[in-house]
Amino acid sequence: MKNQLKQVFHSPRFVIGFVIFVFMLGMAVLYPLLVPGDPLEMVASSSYPPGTYISLADTLESKQYGLDLDITATRLNKLISQEDKDAMVLWLTKYRGIAEEDIPVEDSVEMVHFWNEHYDPEVEQKGLTNAKRQYYRRLASRMATILETKDIIIATKNPETGALEESNTISFNTYTNVKDIASRRNFVLGTDNFGRDVLKELTHAVGTSLKMGLLAGVIATLIGLTLGLLSGYLGGLVDDIIMFVTNLFTVIPSFVLIILISFSVSQSARGVMLVGVIIGLTSWTWTTRSVRSQVISLRNRDHVNLSKLSGHSLPRIIVQDILPYIASYVVMALILQISSAILAEAQLSMLGLGPSTTKVATLGLMMNWAMTAQAPLAGRWWAFLPIILSIALITFSLNLMNTGLDQVFNPQLRD
Amino acid sequence: MPVSKIDREKRAKCLAGTGVTKVFGVGNARNVAVDHVDFDFREGEIISIVGESGSGKTTLSKMILGLISVTEGEIEYQGKPRDIKSHAKKKEYWKGIQAIFQDPFSSYNMFNKIDSVLLDCINMRGGRSLPKAEKEAMMTEACSFVNLKYAELTNKYPFELSGGQMQRLMIARIFLLKPKILLADEPTSMIDACSRATILDMLLKLRDEINMTIIFITHDIGLAYYVSDMVYIMEQGKFVEVGTADEVILNPKADYTKRLISDVPKIHEEWDLSTV
Amino acid sequence: MGKIMLDVKDLKTKYVTRFHESVYAVDGVSLQIEEGKSLGIAGESGCGKSTLALSLMGYYFAPLHYMSGSITVDGMNISDMTPDQVRKNVLGNEIAYIPQAAMNALNPTQKIIRFIEDVLHAHDTKLNKKEIYDLARERFEILGLPASVLDRHAVELSGGMKQRTVIAISTILSPKVLIADEPSSALDVTSQKMVIKMMRELMEKGFIRSMIFITHELPLLYNVTDDIMVMYAGQIVEKGSAKEMVFDSLHPYTNGLMGSIIVPESGTRDVKLTAIPGTPPNLKRPPAGCRFAERCRYATAECKGMAIEMKDAGAGRTYRCRMSEAELREVYARE
Repeated sequence: MKNQLKQVFHSPRFVIGFVIFVFMLGMAVLYPLLVPGDPLEMVASSSYPPGTYISLADTLESKQYGLDLDITATRLNKLISQEDKDAMVLWLTKYRGIAEEDIPVEDSVEMVHFWNEHYDPEVEQKGLTNAKRQYYRRLASRMATILETKDIIIATKNPETGALEESNTISFNTYTNVKDIASRRNFVLGTDNFGRDVLKELTHAVGTSLKMGLLAGVIATLIGLTLGLLSGYLGGLVDDIIMFVTNLFTVIPSFVLIILISFSVSQSARGVMLVGVIIGLTSWTWTTRSVRSQVISLRNRDHVNLSKLSGHSLPRIIVQDILPYIASYVVMALILQISSAILAEAQLSMLGLGPSTTKVATLGLMMNWAMTAQAPLAGRWWAFLPIILSIALITFSLNLMNTGLDQVFNPQLRD
Repeated sequence: MPVSKIDREKRAKCLAGTGVTKVFGVGNARNVAVDHVDFDFREGEIISIVGESGSGKTTLSKMILGLISVTEGEIEYQGKPRDIKSHAKKKEYWKGIQAIFQDPFSSYNMFNKIDSVLLDCINMRGGRSLPKAEKEAMMTEACSFVNLKYAELTNKYPFELSGGQMQRLMIARIFLLKPKILLADEPTSMIDACSRATILDMLLKLRDEINMTIIFITHDIGLAYYVSDMVYIMEQGKFVEVGTADEVILNPKADYTKRLISDVPKIHEEWDLSTV
Repeated sequence: MGKIMLDVKDLKTKYVTRFHESVYAVDGVSLQIEEGKSLGIAGESGCGKSTLALSLMGYYFAPLHYMSGSITVDGMNISDMTPDQVRKNVLGNEIAYIPQAAMNALNPTQKIIRFIEDVLHAHDTKLNKKEIYDLARERFEILGLPASVLDRHAVELSGGMKQRTVIAISTILSPKVLIADEPSSALDVTSQKMVIKMMRELMEKGFIRSMIFITHELPLLYNVTDDIMVMYAGQIVEKGSAKEMVFDSLHPYTNGLMGSIIVPESGTRDVKLTAIPGTPPNLKRPPAGCRFAERCRYATAECKGMAIEMKDAGAGRTYRCRMSEAELREVYARE
């Protein structure tokens, strides 16, 4: 047994799968410990991309530093997109008749000057929609002030007179240190449509999904194991009845069954664990079948016959002489059941039939939220890609561990 | 010197069957594996049941062991009809009859150590409460009966032994259980010729020392001749010839017996290959 | 003296386990087989018989490794060939090999004729399907196998029939040497006899030119092969004609093996079988002296200390024992 455990860790597939799995599990366990707080707290007002967010008000209060850096170039590069440039070139060539090679596209500063010099909204713009015309007007007004490096005055309202009083001036080369700002928050994976921190939500969801998967897997494996052992070992009528029921469940696609059951359970009662139970109750069939076939081949082994001849009782024979032989097999089945349960939950939730809750997040629910908020269309990748990746990594690692175990326990695949 | 002439009638009846039949399946799939066989095994005899694969000898042996039900016919155990209806009755019956099977590699639960295999036998004989030292003495005695050293086997797993050693350990198990009847189902067919001789000698020793009745099932008529007093030749579920070993092997009557004998290679006589 | 078909000189091979331990399973075996002769190899399980059979093919793959020695098949040295060359040029047409479970090697989804096509195509035949079929049918009929077998699947055949079919397939190219490793042990006595008869026919009809037959059933060897070689712990301990070996063995190990022969002949019941006590040594660390000394009734302290070389007893008879021929005979006579 010890030797086999050693061999398991000699299998590269198992080790890779195990490392990935432990990483995901560790993330689910450790992150909430390191960053406590409600994972579903709505901190933002909408879906924002990943990044560090600092309070603008705080920057005014914080210590100011004077740095002499050329900010125009960096600013222009940040503020003028390639799209803007292309639009400018298009306008200039079309309505001003300037040759494309004469436009200083490479140098942003030159470009802005060139544009401000040549743009004239009064020029007849044939074939341009009103919206486009508006766009060019806005672009032009932005360009007009973009190069100005004026100081900014902060004024506060006098509560008595109502007049504005200058309270602070921020010059162009005033900087603050991000560390000095008290109110800042780093959203590694941005926020979702409800303004919740995706990373925090995700680690929480991974934990919940794993728990749910484990519950579903254990239920499915226990049912499958019990029925498989009974039908395989006892045979006869018991076998016929159990196999009849199993075949019934096999013929009905289990996913359809899950959908129907989930649909019939009232919204309020459909918690995460209930969904786990539903998945577990519908996915035991193939465990039953494979355990049964294993048991049938074991039942006729001579050591079982000898155990009978020694007068051992049925439970003892099953527990001592049959179970150990299929234990490794059952563990592998359990691993697969967990991974398929996690997938099944994700599928269910995508259809809106998953756990009906806003209290906890699961991987499937997060996908569902991202979908209803049209994150894929809006290009908010951070709301769904990390979740897809998590689901893929968890099931991939479980399956990898399973094939690794298979290599060790199945002598036919051993090299 | 294996067997002396036995005055059979003086010996007590041990196991007898009349019209024992086993049918598998129904309708078109109906298959009569054992077809109305009669047998009468006496105490202290070694009986060989010889037949080719598919002749029904293994099915018969399982019926005798009570592992599968008898479709038709009666089996008498120690002069009385055998009653193995309840688990308790079966347990009682199995105290009197034990088995060694063909494949030593599948005869052991590979998760149990050798000690637990032997301890189980002591417990079954009601020795659960014996002091540890006494149990160990019993196990040592059993191991030495089959030329194994208990000290070397303790804390080992059966699969660490060779096939021959495993089969000998099976005999040690029988030695501890001391049943009235031992059913040996091809105990030597999976091990090499050298270990085979050892096993056969140990079976003879069991009979001589414990007065055990041994039912020896084999396809090799040479082995049957070497060990047994009585030989039952089985063909397609029926006994085609029954008699003492000398009668059956040296003076066979049935064609099937003659063929079985001619199929085994000889060393002193010419082996006629033209008969197949 | 006929042409030498197989000439093996001081062959050494080993297994390397997954824990990188070496098991010296064949340790310095030399043998020769003439055309038209057959050689039987006997010994307990774990003596290196099957490994020798694998090694003789010259086709090495992990965990079996070639160490030293030469194998010459009809004048062609195969021990320095790569596995690929061996497979293309040696297996099938020079050496054919039949393992114990050969009958399980037939793919159940293919008809028997397909395997024969496979064998022939692997050796670049120019024959078309029809010609292959005719060749196969002719060969099967000569060997007493019904030609209808060619169009069947393996599952439709009985165990004995499958084994005979495999033998017929593997000798379709008329190899110079046939190595059969326990070809009949898994079969019942009648099928075994059919297999033996067929192997004899292969020799008589010239479909194979020499044969190595491995089994622990000595009566079988006695009836099949001309010579018998006994192996113990990776080495040859005795070699001689079948008759000499069975009725007049020299080496104590051979003598012990012969004591376990059981045949249904009058008189066998009165002879006490003599089994050899103990088990063969672990070949990870073979004993330094005589390898059989641990189990030998006649062993002295001297035996355990010195490595024993093969001795010649004349007329092709060799044995590996400290004692001389006369001494051995004297010891046996005294009992």
